[in-house]
Amino acid sequence: MAGIPHDHYEPKTGAEKWVHSRLPVIGLLYDTLFIPTPKNLNWMWIWGIVLAFCLALQIATGIVLVMHYTPHVDLAFASVEHIVRDVNGGHMLRYLHANGASLFFFAVYMHIFRGLYYGSYKAPREITWIVGMLIYLLMMATGFMGYVLPWGQMSFWGATVITGLFGAIPLIGEPIQTWLLGGPAVDNATLNRFFSLHYLLPFVIAGLVIVHIWAFHTTGNNNPTGVEVRRGSKAEAEKDTLPFWPYFVIKDLFALAVVLAVFFAIVGFMPNFLGHPDNYIEANPLATPAHIVPEWYFLPFYAILRAFTGDVWIVMFANWITAGIVDAKFFGVLAMFGAIAVMALVPWLDTSSVRSGRFRPMFKWWFALLCVDFVVLMWCGAMPAEPPYSTISLIGATYWFAYFLVILPLLGVIEKPTTPPATIEDDFASHYGPKSKPAE
Amino acid sequence: MFKTITLSAIAALALSAGAAFAAGEEAHTEDTDFSFEGPFGAFDEHQLQRGLQVYTEVCAACHGLQYVAIRTLADEGGPHLPEDQVRAYAANFDVFDAELDDFRPATPNDHFPKSNVSNAPDLSLMAKARAGFHGPYGTGINQFFKGIGGPEHIVSILTGYTGETKEQAGTTFYENHAFPGGWISMPPPLVGDDVTYADGHSADLHHEAEDVAAFLMWAAEPKMMARKHTGFAAVLFLIILSVLLYLTNKRIWAPYKGKHKAST
Repeated sequence: MAGIPHDHYEPKTGAEKWVHSRLPVIGLLYDTLFIPTPKNLNWMWIWGIVLAFCLALQIATGIVLVMHYTPHVDLAFASVEHIVRDVNGGHMLRYLHANGASLFFFAVYMHIFRGLYYGSYKAPREITWIVGMLIYLLMMATGFMGYVLPWGQMSFWGATVITGLFGAIPLIGEPIQTWLLGGPAVDNATLNRFFSLHYLLPFVIAGLVIVHIWAFHTTGNNNPTGVEVRRGSKAEAEKDTLPFWPYFVIKDLFALAVVLAVFFAIVGFMPNFLGHPDNYIEANPLATPAHIVPEWYFLPFYAILRAFTGDVWIVMFANWITAGIVDAKFFGVLAMFGAIAVMALVPWLDTSSVRSGRFRPMFKWWFALLCVDFVVLMWCGAMPAEPPYSTISLIGATYWFAYFLVILPLLGVIEKPTTPPATIEDDFASHYGPKSKPAE
Repeated sequence: MFKTITLSAIAALALSAGAAFAAGEEAHTEDTDFSFEGPFGAFDEHQLQRGLQVYTEVCAACHGLQYVAIRTLADEGGPHLPEDQVRAYAANFDVFDAELDDFRPATPNDHFPKSNVSNAPDLSLMAKARAGFHGPYGTGINQFFKGIGGPEHIVSILTGYTGETKEQAGTTFYENHAFPGGWISMPPPLVGDDVTYADGHSADLHHEAEDVAAFLMWAAEPKMMARKHTGFAAVLFLIILSVLLYLTNKRIWAPYKGKHKAST
């Protein structure tokens, strides 16, 4: 396997050799755990561990919740109340799982924006990035379907709105929507298939997470300077790196403990803060809530979906050029999925020769604006679709696309980056004083 | 049929507007100080018992509590009634028993009955199904400090009647400043001194409203005390773990990190 030169596992005892020659699993674990890691990683590199923990937490709590949950339109809502009221520890399980989804998405946004700032998506890490985007898409699908399961008002109407998006696709939209729902409207068949897929997809995510880790263990981690680890020899690589265990495991576990302290404070003291009160009303197909609002982690993309109304010139233009096939609704759907697609394509849209944003004076400001844009879009997504929020959404959505499609490609040409340090060792030394080799 | 749809549509519009961010007509919710607020807040079992009395003598005429098992009235961290009182209380209700194919007096293992009146919503989750606070600018951030505001919303509704009424499509609506839209189809349920508390506590309108709101918060979140204890233990444990991991981390990295350059 390519990668940073380092010591590989050597079986010593007879038993180890016996196993190793048949299944090199100990070697795999050894190489994974002791992988050379750039020693200048900062605190934004801790979200991977938080995400791994979230996946494990969601699967563990989810498996127990399934033991007590009933996927049926007449019984689902009551079975969730049964879990909370009658099952031992059920109230904690349920709140851990519901808020666990929020922690999962919070961590994934930190992780994604870290990658965007430090250029982690750039060659040779494109596959890591693409696999990560696939994981993110599956997380959104899983989170959405999971929110439907308690069968509250927002579950039902959220499912109606989101599956309705597929109905906006010209010609084939309606058959697709019917196929997704298992009928003409959200009903028992929908609940059952969402339940099935909500249980399945996390394991697909787990598989992709292994591929994600495999990919970046092949290329090596990026780091805040974006400068690659020297690979000429093992001795050279060791100047830039430290093994993952114990240096980064302990650092990551410390960060995880701090994050979890905040998480448990939310679960323990205000578990419904991030939820929507309407979801404590059982689903009622006859009563539409005045405002259908998705979970907070979907809001930026929900705002982009709603930003492109029929009176926006680009929508009118698209409508005219396609002879009416692309209407405002379909345009919104395209924009929403497009917003994620441009993010997935960023390895090929960013033309800069320098990887890390730390050495890109102009990029820094555009990136900061993108972060602000994301938060503003999130706020607009929670607001009713009326002025001034619709206008703000449109500006926000336009900037989102402009950042990826115009600003990033142009910056690589216009911007004059500053000079990154020659090596990771230099960067580390400039932060922590002259190199002081351990005494041993 | 049409009437049911109209009613449910009106109810839905009105109710969901209460939960909506930045609804056009912002209903006003007064903040009430409850004993169970904050990380260390706890239910006052005497207040829950008084609230149960208000619920039983007033609300239960129309509304139900279908998700609440009567036995939970004996739970610690809840109204904490003695077992024999719970049994006696249960016997006040008649429930339909599918095995007997007949009605029989309820036992503590039965749930409270459902609503008697079709457009009176079940109250089991009412204290969590309405948000009293939405601001600032519809972000809901003030809920971080004040709580979501469900029980405060209930108090505000019960005390928010102005006395004005209007007829619309054969239904009487009552003006209520706490209700989104300003008009509610529920007649004023409490006027003050509707019940006589055994503990001699004042039964004026505001006290009755607070007591029943506290009781409904418990009905919606019966494990709140257990949850806060777990949360507290978990946070404390994680803080200690963080400190230990911080020190471990500092120690193992020390050989590689010289003095910080800025300080030399």
